[in-house]
Amino acid sequence: MDIKLTLNGKPLSASVAPDCVLLDFLREHGCYSVKRGCDTSNCGLCTVLMDGRPVLSCSVLAVRADGHSVQTLEGLQEEAKDFVGFIADQGSDQCGFCNPGFVMNTIALLRENPDPTDDEIRAYLAGNLCRCSGYDGQLRGIRNYLNSRRG
Amino acid sequence: MLNIHNYVRPQTLEEAYALNQSRRSRILGGMLWLRLGRGTIQTAIDLCDLGLDTIEETPEEFSIGAMVTLRQLEQHPGLHTYTQGAMAAAVKDIVGVQFRNLATVGGSLWGRFGFSDVLTVFQSMDTVVELYKGGQMPLEEFARRKPDTDILVRVLVKKTPGKFVYRTMRNQRTDFPVIACALSCIGGEYRASVGARPGRAMVIRDAEHLLSGGITEDSTRAFARYVAEQTPTEGNLRGSAQYRTHLIEVLTRRNALELGGMA
Repeated sequence: MDIKLTLNGKPLSASVAPDCVLLDFLREHGCYSVKRGCDTSNCGLCTVLMDGRPVLSCSVLAVRADGHSVQTLEGLQEEAKDFVGFIADQGSDQCGFCNPGFVMNTIALLRENPDPTDDEIRAYLAGNLCRCSGYDGQLRGIRNYLNSRRG
Repeated sequence: MLNIHNYVRPQTLEEAYALNQSRRSRILGGMLWLRLGRGTIQTAIDLCDLGLDTIEETPEEFSIGAMVTLRQLEQHPGLHTYTQGAMAAAVKDIVGVQFRNLATVGGSLWGRFGFSDVLTVFQSMDTVVELYKGGQMPLEEFARRKPDTDILVRVLVKKTPGKFVYRTMRNQRTDFPVIACALSCIGGEYRASVGARPGRAMVIRDAEHLLSGGITEDSTRAFARYVAEQTPTEGNLRGSAQYRTHLIEVLTRRNALELGGMA
């Protein structure tokens, strides 16, 4: 099937199989930040923004992206640069595999709620699983970033 | 492994219904559980072009399209006000924001999943489903039926004045619930909806009028015991039948106390 979408701000036309999921489509188009984790709609590693909303790309058919805008970390590096250093400072990106999903969902959180409480951060990022860190490092990193913005 | 031969975006409900009459066709909801199933889908029918992704509020009711996501339910100010936060409480721990941005009301209800928070909370309200061919029917009746080849178009929630509360027990925040308990008082009728028994949610009404004399420590205890006795439970890897029965009593009592402003 032929689809047209906007990928990281650029128009893209492609032919895809009806059962190709967005995760595979994006990786085939060079977006290697999009990771395959659980592959069962649970872990958040494959998070991308579709029309600005975070979704699990392992669970979206590529054909459903027809006519929509999709953003991956490759297209949002400037926006991510502001806060990923704070997360790295906490050592919470240990193996790094879950990081792109965390960063994408944090971008979505901060766009929706620029000044979240710790509980709001925990709630918003509850769908991002990490086997290394215990989550406190990510929380501290985001908190430090938010504090730094306040001056 | 997902195997889809054709993908179609019908432009009318009639077209979608005609396509869905084949046994090997499937309507797509949020795609989250469908994808984990087995078998080949000859035609995947995506309702995304039919304008069913909005919540319309009138003075009488909420009209919720089948393609409305759980995140929309969670964030809708009118639903939040009407249910006193029970709607958001019911869906907030379903996996994560990314999941809830995909999962649809139609998919959740059509699946009649035993673990469904969505079915549990909607059954505590005056909820009617609208099917393309079958017309309108109470959600309670719809939930007892087996899936057929009709199409769930929208969900209607009557804005009958009422009070609503929702509690679940989960082994871990984003896991399926071990038990899900909603309680409402609509027009003076107390209605407990219990899901994740682990069977699909069922409604227990206060047939013995245990709360009709008012919400007190004693009446809530009696009502909670009654609901627990009336609700069949089974065991699975998340909890035993006895544990679930105990949780129903505890959570229903807490719900009743909160409903009466005593929590």
